[in-house]
Amino acid sequence: MNVAAWRSAPVVRGIGMAAITLALAVLPFILASQGTAWVRITNLAILFALLSLGLNIVVGFAGLLDLGYVAFYGVGAYTWALLASPHFGLHLPFWIILPTGALLACLFGLMLGAPTLKLRGDYLAIVTLGFGEIVRIFLNNLSQPVNLTNGPQGVTLIDPMRIGGFSLAGSHQLFGFEFSGPIKYYYLLLLVLLAVIVVNLRLQDSRIGRAWMAIREDETAAKAMGIDTRNVKLLAFAMGASFGGIAGGLFSSIQTFISPESFVLEQSVMVLAMVVLGGMGNVWGVVAGALLLSFVPEVLRYTVEPLQKSLLGQVVVAPEVIRMLLFGLALVLMMRFRPAGLFPSQVRRRELESAGPA
Amino acid sequence: MTRLLDVAGLTVAYGGIVAIRGVDMHVDQGELVALIGANGAGKTTTLKALAGMLTPASGSIRYDGVEITGEVSHRLVRRGVALVPEGRGVFARLTVHENLAMGAYIRADRDGIAADLDRVYGLFPRLEERRAQTAGTLSGGEQQMLAIGRAMMCRPRLLLLDEPSMGLAPLMVQKIFEVIAAIAAEGVTILLVEQNARLALQAAARGYVMESGVITLTDSSAALLGSEQVRQAYLGE
Repeated sequence: MNVAAWRSAPVVRGIGMAAITLALAVLPFILASQGTAWVRITNLAILFALLSLGLNIVVGFAGLLDLGYVAFYGVGAYTWALLASPHFGLHLPFWIILPTGALLACLFGLMLGAPTLKLRGDYLAIVTLGFGEIVRIFLNNLSQPVNLTNGPQGVTLIDPMRIGGFSLAGSHQLFGFEFSGPIKYYYLLLLVLLAVIVVNLRLQDSRIGRAWMAIREDETAAKAMGIDTRNVKLLAFAMGASFGGIAGGLFSSIQTFISPESFVLEQSVMVLAMVVLGGMGNVWGVVAGALLLSFVPEVLRYTVEPLQKSLLGQVVVAPEVIRMLLFGLALVLMMRFRPAGLFPSQVRRRELESAGPA
Repeated sequence: MTRLLDVAGLTVAYGGIVAIRGVDMHVDQGELVALIGANGAGKTTTLKALAGMLTPASGSIRYDGVEITGEVSHRLVRRGVALVPEGRGVFARLTVHENLAMGAYIRADRDGIAADLDRVYGLFPRLEERRAQTAGTLSGGEQQMLAIGRAMMCRPRLLLLDEPSMGLAPLMVQKIFEVIAAIAAEGVTILLVEQNARLALQAAARGYVMESGVITLTDSSAALLGSEQVRQAYLGE
């Protein structure tokens, strides 16, 4: 038996899947042994992976450059925050809030999509950027005349995720193991991430996925193929936004405190960088990009200072500065040597091989 | 002969600027009709309006006995109106095969699609040789073949061809026109827009001459090729 056949044998695949599942299951405990902070960092990284997958639908699949994606994250987060906190005295269950947040984000997606249907490229980028800012500014100022968002102070004491009577915050003893809050959220986020990955992979191979691809390549030709470009583009905005909304709701429940500061332009840019770095349009690439850009700065944070101390005897450059410097350098090197992303989608890889189409 | 396409008083404006005014024309079932004229005469605008990519300011378009004025393009494709856009518009980063598959986007009949794929490869053996190649790496003529083949994949009843000879070497132009004739012989109705008046009129049975957004002349191709006005203005004699 050759290697390829051996690898695709069901037994081997089964063992491989079991090994990966086991590794992902024990991962939080290994991380927790290095400090709970690492579990929190991992959770945030998974949240960013969710956001990147949502943005990938708009940018990677449909080719619509969206610089205001964080708006939908914010809508989802504030939906959770306002419906499950003392701010309005509402404490609705997650199975109402999470879909509501996704739906509201979806409506915001349509609000952004409808007036920008005829815009492309740079023009679309500017309008979406403005949209993200508008949402943030609204969140900042909607404390008057009616206190809707509590302005810059943000919303505090947000309810954590409760499934039935089981709260994901706080520690639980199960099977003789200590399950801390972040560890429980890790499992939840992992499940959501898997679900979103499956949805994305399915979308990519669907009729809708092909329609998005056609629009991305040539919109006029897509129309001539009988594709309803208007609806298909709106669908991309709506679906991308919904995923952002779900991620936002989860963010609220994990942080239990949110303010408009979490939904600034830099966040949109960061998520976009994750999509581009990983490889636009490639689901696994995008996940890898998100995890990498989430972890690398954190790892640098914990290594830059000790390294300087051991080499130079003192901290010459503040870790924060050097961290961003290395981060920027990494991005520049990336764009120089792997411009289509670390794991380019099939179509984009071709573009490089053919050295630019006519 | 039944009229497949019947256009009356069609006017299209971009903002306030009128591009075509009061265009009357018709195409019968199974006919190959040419629309000729100089650059900027309004030929492409006419075709785009017929394909539902532009909304007319006034006038009416009837297709297969049904009023389709203002109908959007994706619905028209389902009715069998296919446009091969000017400048070809192939999906450059997709393979030849993927381009053709995209042409059958509105269809779900696997067997029919496979049969039509064979038919297109039969019309353009060159495309079959290059089926795994990305469309952007094809020559201009091959891209034009691909654009026409792709339009054939939605099984059109009315094929709207916009300048198929544009920017192609003479030998390739000849080849494209042979295929257009073959498609017409299969019974597909064709409206052909061309700057290359002689070629277009040689291929078509009838022709319309457009000047500054208005149809100025219409007759059988033979008569147009013989007309003093056409000879001077479009055939360079």
